[in-house]
Amino acid sequence: MLEVSNAKLYYRTRRGTVKAVDDVSFNVGKGETLGLVGESGCGKSSTAIAIMRLLPRNVERYEGTVVFDGTNLMELSETEFRTQIRWQKMSMVFQGAMNSLNPVLKVGFQVAEPLILHQGANKRNSLERAKELFKLVGLPPDFVDRYPHELSGGMKQRVVIAMALVLSPNLVILDEPTSALDVSIQAQIMNLLKRLRNELDISFIFITHDVALASDLCDKIGVMYAGQLVELGSSEDVLLNPAHPYTQKLIASVPLLRGERMPSYIPGAPPDLVESFEGCRFYPRCPYGKEEYERKEPPLIEVGKGHFARCWLYGDQD
Amino acid sequence: MDLNDIRTYFRVSKGIFQSLTVKAVDGVSLAINDGETVAIVGESGSGKTTLGRTALRLEDPVSGEIVFEGKNVLSVKVDTKWFRRKTQMIFQDPFTSLNPNMTVKQIIEEPLIIHDFDQNERERRISKALADVRLLPPEEFLPKFPHMLSGGQRQRVGIARCLVLEPKFMVADEPVSMIDASSRAEILSLIREIQKKYDVGVMYITHDIATAKYFSDRIAVMYAGKIVEHGDTIAVLKNPLHPYTIALMDAVPDPDPQNRFRFRKVVPGEPPSPITPPTGCRFHPRCPYATELCKEDEPLLREIESRLVACHFAERFAKQ
Repeated sequence: MLEVSNAKLYYRTRRGTVKAVDDVSFNVGKGETLGLVGESGCGKSSTAIAIMRLLPRNVERYEGTVVFDGTNLMELSETEFRTQIRWQKMSMVFQGAMNSLNPVLKVGFQVAEPLILHQGANKRNSLERAKELFKLVGLPPDFVDRYPHELSGGMKQRVVIAMALVLSPNLVILDEPTSALDVSIQAQIMNLLKRLRNELDISFIFITHDVALASDLCDKIGVMYAGQLVELGSSEDVLLNPAHPYTQKLIASVPLLRGERMPSYIPGAPPDLVESFEGCRFYPRCPYGKEEYERKEPPLIEVGKGHFARCWLYGDQD
Repeated sequence: MDLNDIRTYFRVSKGIFQSLTVKAVDGVSLAINDGETVAIVGESGSGKTTLGRTALRLEDPVSGEIVFEGKNVLSVKVDTKWFRRKTQMIFQDPFTSLNPNMTVKQIIEEPLIIHDFDQNERERRISKALADVRLLPPEEFLPKFPHMLSGGQRQRVGIARCLVLEPKFMVADEPVSMIDASSRAEILSLIREIQKKYDVGVMYITHDIATAKYFSDRIAVMYAGKIVEHGDTIAVLKNPLHPYTIALMDAVPDPDPQNRFRFRKVVPGEPPSPITPPTGCRFHPRCPYATELCKEDEPLLREIESRLVACHFAERFAKQ
C-alpha cells in the first residue's frame, strides 16, 4: 500500500548538512504495522515527516519516491497533497501531541475540525462523528464537550488518536504515542491500538525507541541507525534472529523483566549526522568491524526471505 | 539513611483565599544501608521524587524523622554543610542539570571549592572521580563543555560531580530516562559499581521496574504517596504480593514477537489525585480484587514472606 524508495531528507543547519534520512526504503502492506525503531537522532521521526511531507523550512534535499495506493506522492503538488492525501489517506499522531491540544477549544470540536475543513460537513454532523470516534477510542461520548485541562494524560492521548482517525485514513503514523505516559496507561493505549488495528484493518507506522514496545504491535520492524535502515524484517526475524550487530546489541541492552540476562550496552555514541560517511556507519562501535568496512558502505543485503541487513558480514565485498 | 514515617505535603492555592494540601508523601518509612541500592518504583504522582528530595532535605517534611549516620538531620543542631557533603543527588536530565557555560573541570570542581578543599586535594579528587566514571583520559574531557558530550558522557560528569565529595548516600532520580536505551545499562552499572566500591547507599528512583530488577538490592513500590510493597528485589519480582505491583509488571512488555497477538492485562483508570486520595486502600478503585473492606479500611504494611505488603488479601497472591 505504501512504498517508500530511496527517501532522502537533508536539513541545512549552521553546522552543515544534516543527513537525517539517507536512502531509506521500505513498504507497508494493508492492515500491516511497521515499527521504526532506533535511538534519538537516528532519523525515525524525520522519515515520518518525509512521508507526510511536513517539511521544515531548512530542507536542503528531499527526494526519493513515496508511492501510496499506486500514486506517486512526490509528483503531487502541495495543494493536491494537502487536499487529497494528508489526513484523508494518511494521518499522524505526533510525539507529545496530547500536550499540544488547543486549551481554549472543546476537544470534540478539535476532533471534528478536519471534517468541517476537508469535507465541508456541518458542525452538528461532525460532532456526532466525533462522539462515535470517542466511543471507538474508549472515551465517554459526552467528553466531546470537555476542555483539554479537564482530561488526564491518557484521555488526551485517546483524543489525539481519535483526531488522526477522523477522516478514516488507511495509514496512521504513530510517533512515540506512549512515551510521555505512565506504564499502566501506556499498556492501555497499546491495547487500544491493537483493537483499532483489528477492527479497522488500518496500517500503522509505529515509531519508538523501545524495542519491547515495538514487539507489542508490529508485524515488521525496521531498525534505524544514523539516518539509515540497518535491518528490516518480520518481527520474528528481527527480534529472535537479529542479523545486524547493532540490532543484536540493541536487543541485548533491553532489561528483561521475565528473563535472566544482564542488560549490556553499546560503548560509544551514534555518529554526528553532519559528517560525511564513506563506510559502515556502525563501524566505530561494532565488535565485528574490519578495517575495510570503514571505507565501504554496505548495501542492504537479503539475509533471509524478506529479511535485510546493512552489514558486510552477509555479503562479499567486491 | 533512616526515614521514619515521613510526610511531605505541599500547599497549592485555589482561588484567592483557599488552599489545598497535596499529600505527596504520606507516611513512608524506609532504611537504606551503606553499600545498598534501594529502588523506589512508581508512576508519576506516586511521590517517589518527593521522597528522594525529602531524604536529601531539598524539601522539608511536615512530620517524620530523617536519621543519617546516627544524627537526626531535621534538628537545628546538625551541621547542614556536613549533611550536604555526605549526601548527593544524580539528576534526571543531564542536558539541563549541567551549566552550559562551564567546562567539565569547572562543573566537577565547583562543589570542592564550596566545601573549602585546597588546590592539591581538588586536583586529586577530580582525577579520581573521572577515573571512577571512566571519562578517560581526563585531559581530553576536562576542557570540554557539556554540549560537546553525548548524553551518557554528560550523565557521567553529573556522577563525577557527586563523587568528588565522597558521599555516603546518593539519590539517583531517574538517572537514565533521558539517555538512549543502548547506554542505559552502562550508566546503571557504573552507579552500581561505585555504590559497591565506596560503600555508598543509593536510592534509585525509577518508573522502570525492569531496570530496578537488575540494579537494586531491595525494591519499594509506591502508589499515591505510600509504599505498597517493599522487600528483596528478586523475591518481590518473582512473586509480587500487592495487586499494584502485579499490574505494574503486567504492563511492561519484554521483546517478544508473540506480544502483538495478545492484549496486555491492564488495570483501568489512572492514578488518583494526591489532593483527594481514595478512602481505604488507595488502589481499590483500580484493583481487580477490591472488596467492601478495601473501600473502608486502609491496609497497613505488614510482614508476609519476609517482606512488607499493604494489602488485606496479600496472602492469596503468594505462590507455593
